[in-house]
Amino acid sequence: MNRIDKVFREAKGPVLNIYATAGFPNFDDTMTVIKALSEGGADIIEIGMPYSDPVADGETIQMANQVSLDHGMSVAKLFEQLKDLRKEVQTPVILMGYVNPVLQFGIEKFCQKCAEVGIDGLILPDLPMVEYLEEYKSIFDQYGLYNIFLITPQTSDERIRYIDEHSHGFIYMVSSASTTGAKTGISEEQEAYFQRIAGMNLKNPRLIGFGISDKESFLKASKHASGAIIGSAFVKLLSKSKDLKKDIVSFTQSIVG
Amino acid sequence: MKFNVNEKGYYGDFGGAFIPEMLYPNVEELRLNYLQIMQEPSFQKEFHDLLRDYVGRPTPLFKANRLSEKYQTNIYLKREDLCHTGAHKVNNTIGQILMAKRLGKNKIVAETGAGQHGVATATVCALMGLECIVYMGAIDIERQAPNVARMRMLGATVVAAQSGSKTLKDATNEAMRHWINNPVDTHYIIGSVVGPHPYPDMVARFQSVISEEIKWQLKEKEGKENPDYVIACVGGGSNAAGAFYHFLDAPETKLIAAEAAGQGVASGHSAATTFLGKEGVLHGSRSLLMQTEDGQVVEPYSISAGLDYPGIGPMHAHLFKTGRAQFFAIEDDEALTSALELSQLEGIIPALESSHALAVLPHLKAKKDEIVVINLSGRGDKDLGTYMKRLNLI
Ligand SMILES: Cc1ncc(COP(=O)(O)O)c(C=O)c1O
Repeated sequence: MNRIDKVFREAKGPVLNIYATAGFPNFDDTMTVIKALSEGGADIIEIGMPYSDPVADGETIQMANQVSLDHGMSVAKLFEQLKDLRKEVQTPVILMGYVNPVLQFGIEKFCQKCAEVGIDGLILPDLPMVEYLEEYKSIFDQYGLYNIFLITPQTSDERIRYIDEHSHGFIYMVSSASTTGAKTGISEEQEAYFQRIAGMNLKNPRLIGFGISDKESFLKASKHASGAIIGSAFVKLLSKSKDLKKDIVSFTQSIVG
Repeated sequence: MKFNVNEKGYYGDFGGAFIPEMLYPNVEELRLNYLQIMQEPSFQKEFHDLLRDYVGRPTPLFKANRLSEKYQTNIYLKREDLCHTGAHKVNNTIGQILMAKRLGKNKIVAETGAGQHGVATATVCALMGLECIVYMGAIDIERQAPNVARMRMLGATVVAAQSGSKTLKDATNEAMRHWINNPVDTHYIIGSVVGPHPYPDMVARFQSVISEEIKWQLKEKEGKENPDYVIACVGGGSNAAGAFYHFLDAPETKLIAAEAAGQGVASGHSAATTFLGKEGVLHGSRSLLMQTEDGQVVEPYSISAGLDYPGIGPMHAHLFKTGRAQFFAIEDDEALTSALELSQLEGIIPALESSHALAVLPHLKAKKDEIVVINLSGRGDKDLGTYMKRLNLI
């Protein structure tokens, strides 16, 4: 069974997914961050592959991408860092990134590497559904990779159903019309949108992301979904941290504890 | 061979709409409606009236006699430099602002490099009374102060793009992010034949007025519609797309694209995408792209800010791959020489971008009885600072 499905099947409370950029704050921190997140109790870990032009990301994650690239991070080097991943952690890991570096690495080779190191899913925000279905799905399937799709407050019901039909693992519900890290907190209008989607009885579980930063917003979002995703707030913590392991464990525990 | 876009938004292997889901509703709305809106008689009338009375079209097709003499052939200049605001860019912004209004949008966002597209956008926003935000790389804001002032005088808000390399590519990223954050009331006016489908096709159609006019103008002057050569510079490729459009299926007309080689194709300071790029995805479409082996976008260089872009539109990638268009890489110094030459032979100071198209002439070896049309995409006022420095005019 894909580790993502297992998480949702066995979850006792809301599912916590935390995003971190690979090679950030320092080149060699990727595995340290993953291990600490797992130890602290994150249910799913999302690792960003840095890109020079991350259009869906706000300032915080752009900065982390740039720092990581300046350290020399690449898709190939990331796989190198992740080679012993499954000896150390059993938490599902999703790779998030933009499609161009993946294309240059080679789709088939990329998926093969993902399977080799034990990656469970992918989030490629600029890979559109039509391209995925025509060109990529069969390769992802072959290597047991779930491709996670986004929906937003502007996504029509019809398209949500279509995305649900072709999704595995979970649907990533973007909480508002925004890039990452642009807004914090959850408004009434957003709650109404969460409720509308909850009422659609989709076959996939949903995780709500963008603007989730602490226990309060995590629990508020989780009322209307299977859990939520923290990104920019965690990256900010990484930039400030003097003791990564300790800070990550205590941040994670402050959310799920 | 088909050179126009297909139903799926592709030119051969290039194109598509590689956009995050947040942009999908807007781009899809545009895709479903743009052709129908453009074909409405009321749209056509408003568009063509404005092109005539506001932009000053048709622009002349001018026989450059002294230049023809020098290169021993027949050279015509398509005078896009005489358009209101000084470049072809306004053909597209007029079209897109009318599109935006019909889609019920009341705010406009745009990116700009040299500021020409920004000025053309600010101009039509003033004309139509729409709010206008233009993203411009922080470095370009410093390099192009007069155009920043023009945009502000026209009432636009100019926002500095501080991310990445702080130039056109990053201004485009910021404009896209702005659109993601303001999806309901805002239309994004892209300045070239780049971006997700249907932008490349829509912009090419608005610019196609250039080749539509060339055809009848040449018929009047030479008794035939199709020249032997059409030459245009390519940044993203909008003036070239417009100049090539109605000749795509006329094989007797050779299409020539001039890219910016900067300090030389192999110098590490260049923007010659077809020479240095590989297939990849940037700003919503699959095309040719200057990038590292790891797929990170490389910062280009050209003396001309309008050609300083790491990609080209998908239509041009297709024209390149199929061999329908021939691409030349023109260095900074060649462009400068051609700018001086046109100024002194014909009394026309060209934009640095357009000077790259002119600089193809010495390489072309056109015959004495052949007809060469060069698309003079813009005028040189904005480049005077560079000309002063590089041509020792002070
Ligand atoms: C005068 C002029 N020509 C050409 C260009 C390049 O753009 P495109 O390749 O889209 O025509 C620009 C862009 O700013 C320009 O100002």
